[in-house]
Amino acid sequence: MAEAIINGLSGLVVGFQVLATDWRNAVMLIVGFVLLYLGIKKDCEPLLLVPIGFGCILVNIPLADVMSEEGFIRVIYNAGIATELFPLLIFIGIGAMTDFGPVLAQPSTFLLGAAGQFGIFLTLLLALALGFEQLEAVSIGIIGACDGPTAIYVTSKFAPHLLGAVSVAAYSYMSLVPIIQPPIMRFLTTKKERETLMKPVAKPVSKTTKLLFPLVITILGGLIAPKGLPLLGTIMLGNLMKESGVVARLTKASENEIANVTTLFLGLCIGATMVGSAFVRAETLIILCLGFLAICLDTVCGVCFGKVMRLATGGKFNPLIGAAGISAFPMAARVVQKEGQKWNKKSYLLMHAMGANAGGQIGSVIAAAVMLSVLAGMGIIR
Amino acid sequence: MDNVTFGITMLICGMGGTILTLWIMSLVMALLGRMFPEKPEKKEA
Repeated sequence: MAEAIINGLSGLVVGFQVLATDWRNAVMLIVGFVLLYLGIKKDCEPLLLVPIGFGCILVNIPLADVMSEEGFIRVIYNAGIATELFPLLIFIGIGAMTDFGPVLAQPSTFLLGAAGQFGIFLTLLLALALGFEQLEAVSIGIIGACDGPTAIYVTSKFAPHLLGAVSVAAYSYMSLVPIIQPPIMRFLTTKKERETLMKPVAKPVSKTTKLLFPLVITILGGLIAPKGLPLLGTIMLGNLMKESGVVARLTKASENEIANVTTLFLGLCIGATMVGSAFVRAETLIILCLGFLAICLDTVCGVCFGKVMRLATGGKFNPLIGAAGISAFPMAARVVQKEGQKWNKKSYLLMHAMGANAGGQIGSVIAAAVMLSVLAGMGIIR
Repeated sequence: MDNVTFGITMLICGMGGTILTLWIMSLVMALLGRMFPEKPEKKEA
């Protein structure tokens, strides 16, 4: 009788015993709290960091088995991450929320969106040099897309064991864009360049053009990079629904209910990949550093391309706009506007920067799509 | 395939492909903008 009671009671303390034997779980519990703190107190991407942080705490409580074969998070993971479904559902919502009008008013800003993707490929090279395997390097490089769903889509496909580190890096650095970008922008430009005034974008875009945009981009992008069509197709589907104006209920559901539910599950699953034994490694720290570098390189290349455009236009282009050619929409555009006004009170760069930023949104998806198709072309993936 | 070949191929084809694709898209969108310009609203009599 006494033995049975002692055995029964030991079942209540075994969790503490296991936690005490593996310090990595304890470290990850602290990481979970830090992520929750950043999300709740610092307002850094709270929609993602809160479920990620909580998922991280759940998975690091010993013996709870939330990620075992029958665990409830594993069921969600298998349904939405392993199948790559969640990032695509999020993309429909992003397409429904994004106004591509500014980039359509100035199609040349598409090119700024391309320059903002250089970081992906340069980081890929660095990751290879540091000894990561080829598909791991691709997944690390994609942090430079500055686009959470794209990073998750690519990583869950090629390096699922890195999903936690890559996702946390992608979302954390995205929220740090207002801190990361301005010093780089100032370092690479002269005072005169930063003060350049630009004419307002006054060119209106017809409804027909806005309607044809998602269709043309889907077909063209799909033909060039078919492997990335799920990414491109879903974002464009969302945008077509928004611009058509005839499926308001679907548009609303995509940008609210579907996006919200998917974000919750996605965050929880990402957090649940951050189990101590797999996450507390030097490799994770290197990935976080490379992710930071990727976003810095995106900004550097964007601003440098802005300088090229300034040369091409005879000094009429403000190179700060180049920094907006990344996918962090509309945060990067706001950073450019704020920085521009800091140097010239009459400067109003927002609409130009929004064009570059929308170009960056498409650019990141195209870069991932091109990457997948090049990998397929080389026979590395099917 | 060795890492150097892989990395350089990804840099050239990946970045080149991205720039080329977005450049083509910008041309097509500029063309669409010209084909379907925004018409000013007719004033009511």
